[in-house]
Amino acid sequence: MLAFIIRRLLATVPVICFVALFVFSLLYIAPGDPAAIIAGDQASPADIERIRASLGLDRPYVVRFAEWSFKVAQGDLGTSIFTSKPVTELIGQRLEPTLSLMLLTLVLSVVIAIPMGVVAAWKVSSWVDRAVMAFAVFGFSIPVFVVGYLLAWVFALKLDWLPVQGYTPLAQGFVPWLKNLILPSITLALVYIALIARITRATMLEILDQDYVRTARAKGVSQREVLFLHSLKNAAVPVITIVGIGVALLIGGAVVTESVFAIPGLGRLTVDAILQRDYPVIQGVVLVCSLVYVLVNLLIDLSYTIVDPRIRY
Amino acid sequence: MTLHLSSELPLEARPSHGARFLRYLRRHPSVAVGGGLLIAIVLLGALAPLWGTVDPTAISPTRRTRLPSEANWFGTDLLGRDVYSRVVYGARVSVTVGFSVAILASVMGLAVGLCAGFLRWADGVIMRVIDGMMSIPPILLAIALMALTRGSIGNVIIAVTIAEIPRVARLVRGVVLSLREQPYVEAAISNGARAPRIVMKHILPNTIAPMTVQATYICASAMLIEAILSFIGAGVPPSTPSWGNIMAEGRALWQVKPHIILFPAVLLSITVLAVNLLGDGLRDSLDPRIAKRL
Repeated sequence: MLAFIIRRLLATVPVICFVALFVFSLLYIAPGDPAAIIAGDQASPADIERIRASLGLDRPYVVRFAEWSFKVAQGDLGTSIFTSKPVTELIGQRLEPTLSLMLLTLVLSVVIAIPMGVVAAWKVSSWVDRAVMAFAVFGFSIPVFVVGYLLAWVFALKLDWLPVQGYTPLAQGFVPWLKNLILPSITLALVYIALIARITRATMLEILDQDYVRTARAKGVSQREVLFLHSLKNAAVPVITIVGIGVALLIGGAVVTESVFAIPGLGRLTVDAILQRDYPVIQGVVLVCSLVYVLVNLLIDLSYTIVDPRIRY
Repeated sequence: MTLHLSSELPLEARPSHGARFLRYLRRHPSVAVGGGLLIAIVLLGALAPLWGTVDPTAISPTRRTRLPSEANWFGTDLLGRDVYSRVVYGARVSVTVGFSVAILASVMGLAVGLCAGFLRWADGVIMRVIDGMMSIPPILLAIALMALTRGSIGNVIIAVTIAEIPRVARLVRGVVLSLREQPYVEAAISNGARAPRIVMKHILPNTIAPMTVQATYICASAMLIEAILSFIGAGVPPSTPSWGNIMAEGRALWQVKPHIILFPAVLLSITVLAVNLLGDGLRDSLDPRIAKRL
């Protein structure tokens, strides 16, 4: 087991290195002069030179990459072009809202989607199943910001049940924190619920066809036990896998959700950075998010042994 | 599954292409509905000047943020531009980006996937690169690319294509790997068939079905990413109306004038829904084995 963990950890190293190399190299591969594009249309030649120097574009690629990756390895993601603050500090300040939003969405999605998928598989081809599948198609098709504005319009503006926008730190109390996050989490959860429900249903359908399920039924095990003990347990691995893969959707969706609901998180930081073309910040956010994504999926790989004792490494 | 045998009986006259197509559509209503809606959206954008639109960029400061009326069906935006005309012209951007990315990502992903599946020595390197790219959430990857280029439809297409290629490549590689173990492919190899011939005769025909389905999903995903990029200001420049940037412009006033956001939002949702329905329908009809499960 320990050997597996170490091997698996080592396997993520080339992936992370590639991400770093890719994000870094974009500055050099991009068509045109990135310093001029970052500086904007009104910039003077001196401004462009200043940005070129701060990005290190005036020095050779290999030297610059060696320097940069050495710094990144030490946790230094560079300095923002516009605020002159360290990127790690900027990201650190924005972490809490984004993590809150993502965790709440994750919990909400799993709690809603798995029962949905199970019931759809159980009542396959019934109206419940059709409704779940229709919901899944809608969930994939309706853009995050559309859902966000719609929910905010109905529940915040018209019914006045919840705050329209903003974020309250957890330190100021759980209830205000939760109130601000309910609408954004539902917004972000929609596509994730669609994804998880669909995979849960598909996996459950396959398992309900198995001999041991028929045997369980034949010996008089109740429907609930067949569904949740015999079947869902065996469906755990594919479902958990898709939960992990879907985190990429969550990260992407958070960028939009945070802009719609004015949440000062990482997504908001990215959007502000893109408007100012603050590449070091974008580079930092992409690196951190990819790292989180890779680590989440690593943890999920490791969790297989707990969920399914047949899997041994 | 076995109920359709009767139509294949030799006694019956072979139905014409048209009749067979109609029967296919009847059997797969989501292809009919999705495809029909998509054709409607394509026509909407392609023939934009015919649908009673005015110049979508014409500013009229005296008629700003009007509600929908007879003169301006969808109202006007902050600069007094006609939202209806902008939304109709905006269909061009979504359709162009969606279709271009679907085609480009399929072709390039096919090439990469075939290389990975066929050239054993290249497989390791290609797959590590693909793993690396797939560990960057697609929207962030597109954002990073757009941060370094000027906003234009062409650049959006390139950025989203790069973000989508790994998915196709992975799919194609999987198909190649499973096919090369098939007895008929092994037979072809032992008969001395060269790699290009095997690819053309045995591999490519088998990738067409899964790739068509994948291409529709990529089209839907590209339309969504384009809208998101334009919405956050990193996509199509404001001078070209796109559903994403119309919504971005309506954002400041959404609490009082929601109509500016509403119309592009509804059209974008319908379009993506149409493409997804088409994809689901094609998947079900091309591969009856998964049809039962998914």
